[in-house]
Amino acid sequence: MRRKIAPYLLILPGGLWLVIFLVVPLVFMASVSTQEGDIVNGFVQTFRLANYTDALVEFKTQFLRSVGYGLAGTVLTIALAYPVAYWIAFKAGARKSTYLLLVLLPFFVSFVLRTVSWKFLLADDGILLQPLKGLGLLPADFHVLQTTAAVIGGLAYNYLPFMILPIYVALERVDPRVVEASYDLYASRRDSFTKIVLPLSLPGVFAGVLMTFVPMTSDYVNASILGGPANTMIGNIIQTEYLVNNDYPVGGALSFTLMAAMLIGIFVYAKALGTENVLEAAAR
Amino acid sequence: MTTPPRDLAFLRGLTQSRSRGGAPITRRDALRVGGLSAAALALAACGVQGKKVAPPAPSAAAGYWADKTKHGTLRFANWPLYIDKDGKRYPTLEKFTKDTGIQVTYQEPIQEMSTWFGKIQPQLAAGQDIGYDLMVMTNGFQLGKAIALDYLAPLDLAKLPNFTANAGDKYKNPSYDPGNVYTVPWQSGLTGIAYNPKYIDGEITSIQDLWNPKYKGKVGMLADTQEVANFGLFLLGIDPDKSVQADWEKAAQKLQEQRDAGIVRKYYENDYVDALVRGDIWICMAWSGDIYQQLAEGKNLKFVVPQEGATIWTDNLCIPKTSQNPVDALALMDYIYQPEIAAKIAEYVTYITPVPAVQDVIKADAAKATGEDKKALELAANSPLIFPSDSDLAKLRTYKVLTPAEEKVFEGIFQPITQG
Repeated sequence: MRRKIAPYLLILPGGLWLVIFLVVPLVFMASVSTQEGDIVNGFVQTFRLANYTDALVEFKTQFLRSVGYGLAGTVLTIALAYPVAYWIAFKAGARKSTYLLLVLLPFFVSFVLRTVSWKFLLADDGILLQPLKGLGLLPADFHVLQTTAAVIGGLAYNYLPFMILPIYVALERVDPRVVEASYDLYASRRDSFTKIVLPLSLPGVFAGVLMTFVPMTSDYVNASILGGPANTMIGNIIQTEYLVNNDYPVGGALSFTLMAAMLIGIFVYAKALGTENVLEAAAR
Repeated sequence: MTTPPRDLAFLRGLTQSRSRGGAPITRRDALRVGGLSAAALALAACGVQGKKVAPPAPSAAAGYWADKTKHGTLRFANWPLYIDKDGKRYPTLEKFTKDTGIQVTYQEPIQEMSTWFGKIQPQLAAGQDIGYDLMVMTNGFQLGKAIALDYLAPLDLAKLPNFTANAGDKYKNPSYDPGNVYTVPWQSGLTGIAYNPKYIDGEITSIQDLWNPKYKGKVGMLADTQEVANFGLFLLGIDPDKSVQADWEKAAQKLQEQRDAGIVRKYYENDYVDALVRGDIWICMAWSGDIYQQLAEGKNLKFVVPQEGATIWTDNLCIPKTSQNPVDALALMDYIYQPEIAAKIAEYVTYITPVPAVQDVIKADAAKATGEDKKALELAANSPLIFPSDSDLAKLRTYKVLTPAEEKVFEGIFQPITQG
C-alpha cells in the first residue's frame, strides 16, 4: 500500500503548485479571452471567438516579427554556443568547471541591468561608436540602438548560457572511444565530426532550442530597452493590453495564440529532427 | 411487392453505435462529459465584474468618514525622488510626525501609472487593503478608472483648510475631478520640448521642429498615448480638450508620417533623459522636472514650451477606499498645503507646486542662504519650469478626459503609432 502512495506523495507539492499557479490561471485566461466588455463596465462571457481573429489580424506584424526574431536569435545562439560548448567539453581539460562558471557568471547580474548596460556600450556617441566615427570608419548618423540588430543581439546575448549548457552536456557524454573508433575506420576529422559528434550532440541542441526559442519569442525586455518603434514584439503588445489598456480579452487571446503557435512549432520541429518525444529529448 | 425482411440487428447498427449497443453511458464517458461541462462552467463563471458607480452625493463623504478615527500611523506610496530627502531621512515627513504624532511609512513603489494600477486594481476590486493609505496618481486613464470604479475615498474638504486657503485657483476643481471630490494635487509638470544645444543650432520654438527631417533618427517622442496625441493635436492647432475623433485621426496621421519618415528614434517611457544626455537623441518631448534636475546638475540642455501649446499634467494625492488609516492620510494631505512645507518639497522635487505662495518662501530662503545653496534656490525661485510665466501658462492644456468607450477608440487610434 505504502509503495503505491509514495510516488503520489512525491508529486503532490509540485503538482499542487502547477495546478494552482498554472492550470487555474490558464482556465481563467481561456475564459477571459472569449469575453467582451471593458474594465469599468465589466467583462461578460459571450464566447466570442472573434477576439482571436481580431487580435491576430491587428497584431499579425508583431507576431511574425517575434517569431522571426526568435528564430534569428536562436540560430545566432547556436552559432555562438556550439563552438564554446565544444571547446569546453573537449579541450578545456581540468578547468572545465571554471569555464562553465564563467559562462554562467553574467547570470549573477540582473537580466534588466545586463540589457541596460548595452545601452551605455552602444550609445550613438558612446565608448564603442564614438572612436569609430571619429576615425571616419562609420558615418556620423550610424547607430546600433533601436535597430533590429540590437534587439536580436540582445536576445542572443541574454539567452546564450541556456544554449551552451545543454550542448555541453550532450558533448560531454560523447564517448571518446567512439570518436577514436571512427579514426580507426579511416574517418577524416571532418567526417568524424559530422557523422559521430554532431548527431550525438543534437539532443543537446534541441534542448537548447527549446530553452531559448520559446522565451526569446515571448520576450519583451530586449525590444523595449534596445528596440525602436519598428521592433515591437508580441510580448510588448500583450503587456500593453493587460497593464495599460486593461483589455484582458485581447491580451488573453494573444497569449493563447502565442502558446498554441509555439507548441505546434516545437512539435513540428521535433518531428523534423526525428526526435519522437519532445520531453525525452529535453530531459537527455 | 414483397416486404424485405426486417433485420433488427441491421437497424440497430444503423441507429446506435456498435460497441455500446443500447447500454447506458459508461462511467468513463460520464466523467469525460462532466469534466467538459465543469470546464465550460468555469469558463462561463469567470466573468470579470465591472462596478461602475454614479458620482457620490455630498453626503457620501460624510458617510465614509463617520466611523473613521485617527490611528497615528500612515503608509504613503509615492514615485521615486518625489519628496525632499536628506540622506536616508525625509525632513518633511519627520516634521509631520513631530507636529501631528502620526508615524509615516514612506515607500516609492510607483514607477509608472499603468503598472501601478495593474498592481493595485485586483485588491481594490476585491475591497482589500493595498498596503497603502495614501498614494500619488497622475491625472490620466488610470485615475479616471479608479474614480469610475469607486476605488477612491471621497475627501472631506472641511478637514482640508490649508488646501482651501493656499492652493492656487488653477489647481483647484480640475476637469478630471470636478470639485476635488477624490483628489488634491501633489505636484504638476509640463510636457514640452527639450533639446541639446550641442547638436542643434539656433532656438527651438515650435512643435514643427520635432517633424524636421534635419533631425532624422534623432527625435525622441513619449510612448504615453495621451502625451503623443496631445502633441499631434497641438501641431494641427487643435485644443486637446475640445478634440473629437476626427481630430484624433488627423493627429494620428501626422504622427504616423513623422514615424514613417524615420524621424522618430524611439517612443520613450522615462528613459529619454539618458538618451538625450548621451546624444542618442538631440531633441525630444520631455517632462519639465526631469530637465530641471539635469540643469541643476549643470548639464547643457534647453526646455521650451512650444508656441503651439504644451501639456500640463498633475500628480494627485488620493486615498484608496480600502485604506486602514484614512484620517491620518487626510491629515498629511492638508499638512503639505502649508506654504513653508510645500516650499521644502518644491525645492527638492523641482516640479510645479500647487501652492503659489511657495515662490515667495523660496525667494526668502534664497536671501538667507549662502554659497551653493543660495545659487540653487535662486535658480529654483526664478525658473520658468517651476513657476511658469503667465504667457506659458496660457499655452498649457490638459489631457482630454475620456469615457471608457472613448478611451478604447482613442487608444485604437494612437497605440498603433507607438507600438509599431
